[in-house]
Formats: sequence, structure tokens, C-alpha cells
Amino acid sequence: MPPGDDSSTRKSTHILVALVENKPGVLNRVASLFRRRSFNIESLTVGHTESPDISRMTIVVDTSKTSAALVEKNLNKLINVIDVQDVTHAPIVVRDLALIKVTAPAERRAEIMQLVDIFRAKIVDVYAESVIVEVTGPEAKIDSMVELLHPFGIIEMVRTGRVAMVRGSGYRAPYVLSDNGTNGVRVNPTPNL
Amino acid sequence: MRRTGAQMVWEILRREGVQIIFGYPGGAILPIYDALVDYPIHHVLVRHEENAALAADGYARATGKVGVCMATSGPGAMNLVTGLACAMLDSSPVVAITGQVTSHLVGSDAFQEIDVTGVTLPITKHNYLVNRVEELPRVMKEAFYIARSGRPGPVLIDICKDAQMASTGFEYPETIELPGYRPVLRGPEEQIRQAAAYINAAERPVILAGHGIILSGANDELRELAERGNIPVSTTLLGIGGLPESHPLNLRMMGMHGQAYANMAIQEADLLIALGMRFDDRVTGNLKSYAPRAEVIHVDIDPVEIGKNVRADVGIVGDAKQVLRQILPFIEHRYRSAWFAQIERWRGDAGARDILNQGLLKDMLLAPYVVHEIWRGTGGDITVVSDVGQNQMWEAQYFQHDRQNQLITSGGLGTMGFAVPAAIGTKFGRPDDEVWAVVGDGGFQMSIPELATVVQEKLPLKIAVINNGCLGMVRQWQELLHDRRYSEIRIAGPDLVKLADAYGIKGQRVWRPDDVAEAIRAARQCPGPVLTEFVVEPEINVFPMVQPGKGLHEMLRRPMPSRNMAMAEKV
Repeated sequence: MPPGDDSSTRKSTHILVALVENKPGVLNRVASLFRRRSFNIESLTVGHTESPDISRMTIVVDTSKTSAALVEKNLNKLINVIDVQDVTHAPIVVRDLALIKVTAPAERRAEIMQLVDIFRAKIVDVYAESVIVEVTGPEAKIDSMVELLHPFGIIEMVRTGRVAMVRGSGYRAPYVLSDNGTNGVRVNPTPNL
Repeated sequence: MRRTGAQMVWEILRREGVQIIFGYPGGAILPIYDALVDYPIHHVLVRHEENAALAADGYARATGKVGVCMATSGPGAMNLVTGLACAMLDSSPVVAITGQVTSHLVGSDAFQEIDVTGVTLPITKHNYLVNRVEELPRVMKEAFYIARSGRPGPVLIDICKDAQMASTGFEYPETIELPGYRPVLRGPEEQIRQAAAYINAAERPVILAGHGIILSGANDELRELAERGNIPVSTTLLGIGGLPESHPLNLRMMGMHGQAYANMAIQEADLLIALGMRFDDRVTGNLKSYAPRAEVIHVDIDPVEIGKNVRADVGIVGDAKQVLRQILPFIEHRYRSAWFAQIERWRGDAGARDILNQGLLKDMLLAPYVVHEIWRGTGGDITVVSDVGQNQMWEAQYFQHDRQNQLITSGGLGTMGFAVPAAIGTKFGRPDDEVWAVVGDGGFQMSIPELATVVQEKLPLKIAVINNGCLGMVRQWQELLHDRRYSEIRIAGPDLVKLADAYGIKGQRVWRPDDVAEAIRAARQCPGPVLTEFVVEPEINVFPMVQPGKGLHEMLRRPMPSRNMAMAEKV
């Protein structure tokens, strides 16, 4: 019988956090894996961590539970990937950052600034006819900010994509171990960071 | 001590226990070939780099050690690609070393410059680009470790020419630091006990034994599990040789061209015990109707395989040998007489349907007969390297593999042109063994240049070319699935006896059934290489056959003899 039933084939958003060696070509290996297995990436962010040898990726994919488990295992299989966890159902802090350049003639500037205040966003650049708004927060917050700014005329926008971190003092939420068919066996034990 | 990068390569190969490598020199790897002169490693000059990779693969499969191949940058490295892909899909430990242009030219489209690590990324377990000599010892240490540990596979090291020429203090690291690579070998106790409980409770279990049994050397443990639990075993193509085929519990090969009764047993089983196999589409047929009543225990060293194609009720990540040793103490003997009686009923008319029992032998030379005679004539005491296609399936069906790891063949990639170069590697790996390559006339024509390598290396290979004048498996598919609209299957070839003669090899041609045994005897008696051409009937099919998209139980069987006479007339 093929793997998966209805509940595991339904698509939903999954957030994976991967620690990878900070070496040339590692991003290519990760990207190549997603291409090869036809997983569509919603967002992927890479950045430094507290350790200079290790980079951290936050990968958001819209896929079934079964495929997400397969992505996780395939990522783990890459030699340069030190650890992967699916933090979708863990208590996490998720943040996205957006820079939004909005048309802002003098007469409408107050309105924009009011919105910026409500959203605890910032105006980081002011020009004669426009401002750049910087906003951080969960994705939904940014979505509504964008929606509200739309009537003013958005000239351009950039978003970083989501970054995520498990709450609490540990690196890894202990119950995050996904039942991905290996009955909790992990290829890579949690690194001692 | 100071060493150039090129010297380090050979120094490290020696320390890793490498005695033989297969390769082809060229511009960007000249410093390494220059240093070779001073080191006692045997280099086999192949006639095409693809065959260097395939020979290294054959050597690795024959010995369990890492096979090494070498090529220059650009075209040399590109020609390795097919062989590396073959090693990748069949989990074969191979290290490929390629020369690369000087590091400051990398990325500039210099002469013979190609992004080799980019091209080989999806077909290697891991790969490296080395542009500083200081990195070389660590990289090579890691490469050998990665290639042979866990689920084995090919690792490529691309070394820039300036890194080959530069020198530095040489020290080979003792330890490896790979924080992201820790293969799990032992199964967790809870799953082990769970698996044993499933096995003891099963009434209709089947063991599915794959390549992992051979790679981990779990032959004895497999046999013990089968005998202690009284459980029938079916093997994948690459699992052949995991358990002697004359063993009463061995149902032989499963899948697309597997034994009908093995496939039926799998479909009706209440428990599948999958050991070191990956439920490839060629062994499962349509997944929707695969083993509908079975619970599944899946043991594999690669966590990705578990649950990938078939859901596992008990998934155990670990080395087959270790996990079996853990499970064995819990296994109880069961009679399961009803199950074995049922399997015997399925076996029923298999003998009568066998093309060798249909009274056709007097008039025509059949490929299955040739394979069967090679088995009989050699007492089965040889290593066989088969190619891809009908010849491969007939070899799997009509040669009774009783020796451990006796068959070497390309499973996952189905690489035509595999047999001759892989047999070269195999012969170097098993010098005391009689090695036969069984190859169709299509695959053989991809390998002809390597006859010169066979001669140059004085390798007493026995090559059996099953010549049906066409691409047999493609023809079979066109006949059965494309209404006999034959398209590009006729393939002409040279006079193989004259060809053998041109290479200085003994050649012989057989077209009558009566002469087969004598030709095999003559080939064995000749101390050198022998090329034997068997001119066989072109239009016979490999049966049983599970057609693409069909369930494993919906096999196309060879018609029973009474109905077959009309068909025989037509043939």
C-alpha cells in the first residue's frame, strides 16, 4: 500500500530549521534537493549563527505531512547539513521583515504615520514624495500592513521570508521529533552547541 | 615531510589500501600522472572514462572495498558521469578523482573547464572541489570514509591543477570531523522487539532481501532468520546471492520479471520483512495494489528509504547485519505449513511453462538455454557480470546463484555497456575466480573498445555475447505495449570472431544448441580471454512480466505448451 492517508496528504505550511556547515556550495546542495524532489519552497532564509562555522536556514514549504517528513530526511542526508527540525507544531517565534516604499505626498503622510504607529513599524527613509516603511512580525501582520498601505500606492516592496526559533532555553523542543516512519530515530543527534 | 598535492594523492591512496585504479590521463591531471611513476599502484588504462567508473564500480562490488577511478577535467570528467550515476543508484563505494583547471581559471570557461562538482552533485553521495593543497588530506580522508560507510556511494574529488603542483607539509589526519554525517547502525531496542513480535505472529510472512544484505555481509544472518523462523525469502535483482538459490526457502527473484510464485506470495503475504531493499517500482509494480494485506517491517540504513514508497509499520534505521543480529534471539520457529503448501500450489505449473521445457531446443538456440548451459558447464562456480536487458533477466532466471555475492549487475540505473568494463574491475578484485560477462549484442557494442584493455592487462575474461541482432528488451516492450510497431530495434554488428581475432583474443561462434556445451568447455580451457558469440532466436520474450502500471499479481505469463505451439510456429 502506498504511504499516506488523507490527513497526511493534505497540504499545509511547514517550517523547517536547518543548521548547515558554512561552506561554499551548501546552499546549492539544499536548493538542488528541493528541485530534484519537486518541492516548492515558499521562502528560504540563510544567515550566520552564534558559531562562525555554522549557518542557519529557515525553510518554509507548502506541502503534505508525508512530503515534509521526506524533505526533512533528505536534508539530513546531505553531508553538510548538521541538523534539521520541523518546528511547525513547536512553540516558536516566527518573524518576517518587509521594506515597503509607499507614495507619500505631504497631505497623506500623517495617515501613513498613524498606521506605522499602530503596527509598531518604522519609517526608515523619507523623500519628497515617498517613504520607506520597515515592518517586522509574523507573516499575517505584514500581510495586513501591506494591504492597508496598498491604497497609498506601493512603489516597491521586499520581504525577507520567515525566520523561526523555538521558545524556551533549549536549542531543540524535545517533543518536536516527527514520526516520519523511522519511529523517532534521528540520523543526526542534536549537536552540542 | 613535504609533498606536492599530486604525491599526496598517491600517498593517501596507498594508505587507504588502494592497489588498483582505473583511469585515463589528460591535461589537467598531468601532475598526478607524473607522480604515479614513483608509486606502486597499478593503473589500468581504459579506453573510455565511462568504463573507468564502471570498472571501479565492478571492483567495488566484487571486493566490498572502495573502487577508484581517475580522469582529467572537462570531457574526461563528463565521461565518468554515467558510471558514477550507476554507482550512486546501486550504492556502490567509488571514489573518483578528476583534474580541474588551475584555480584562478575556474569559472572562466577555460579550455576543458566544466563545473564538475555542479554536474555530479545529484549523482554522487558527496563531492569536493579542492583548490588549495592544504585541504587535500582532509578531503581525501573524508571521501573514502563517506564512500564506504553508511549507505555506500560514489564520492568525487575535483582537484585544481595548481593544488596538484603546490607542496606543503603532509600529514594524514587520523580522525574525521563530519558533524552532519553519522550513520546509524544499530536499531532501537523497542523497534527490534516490535519487529520480532510481528515476525513470530505472522502466518504468511515473506522476507524481501535486497542489496543491503550483500553490502553489509549479512548472508549468514539472513539465512539464520529464514531457517529459524521458517520464512520464505525472495530477493531483488541486486539481492541475488544473499541466500543460495538452491536453498529450499529461497523463492528467488521478485518483481517485473521475477518468479510468478514469489510475486504471488508477496501479494498474499500478511507480513513483508524488507531487509536492505527500497521498494523500487521494478519490484513493486503498481503501489496501489501492492501487498494489500501485508504489514511491513522495513530495515534500511538510509532513513529516506523508510516510508518513501511503501508505508512501514515498523521502520528500523540500521545496518542489515547488525539489526538482524539484534532480532535473531527473539525469533521463534513456526511451521506455517498452510503457507508453504499455498506457495507450492503457485509454483505448480512454472516448470511446464518454462521455455526450456517446451520442446523447442532441438531446432533453435534460445538465450535462456545458453545461460542455463553456462551455469551447468561451469558448475555454477564462477562470478557472473551481466549487462542490461533481456540477457540480464535471463541470467537472473536461468543461472542458479548459490555462491555469496556471485552476480554483479547494474540494477538501479540499468546501464547498458556495464558488463565488460565491470567484469574487468571484477576480475582484478577476484583474480582467482573465473569471471564471465554475459552481454547482449547491443550492450557489447558499447564496450568493444575495452577489449584492448582486456588484452593489455592480460585478463582471462570469458565474454558470452548473446546475439539476437536486436535490442531485445526494447523489442519485447514494443511487441507487447506498442502493438509490435518495431522502431529502431534492428542492430547490425561486426563479425565478432574476426573482431576477437583483430584484438588477439580467441573467438568462437555458436548457433546450434548441440554446440553450446562444447564451446563453454573450450572457453574455460583456454588460459586467456575468450569471446563466444551465441547466435540466438531473436523474437522470444522474458516471462513472467508485470507490465508497467499493473499490479504484481497481474503478470503476463508464458502461455502453457498446448497453446504455445501456434506461437512457436510463428517464431
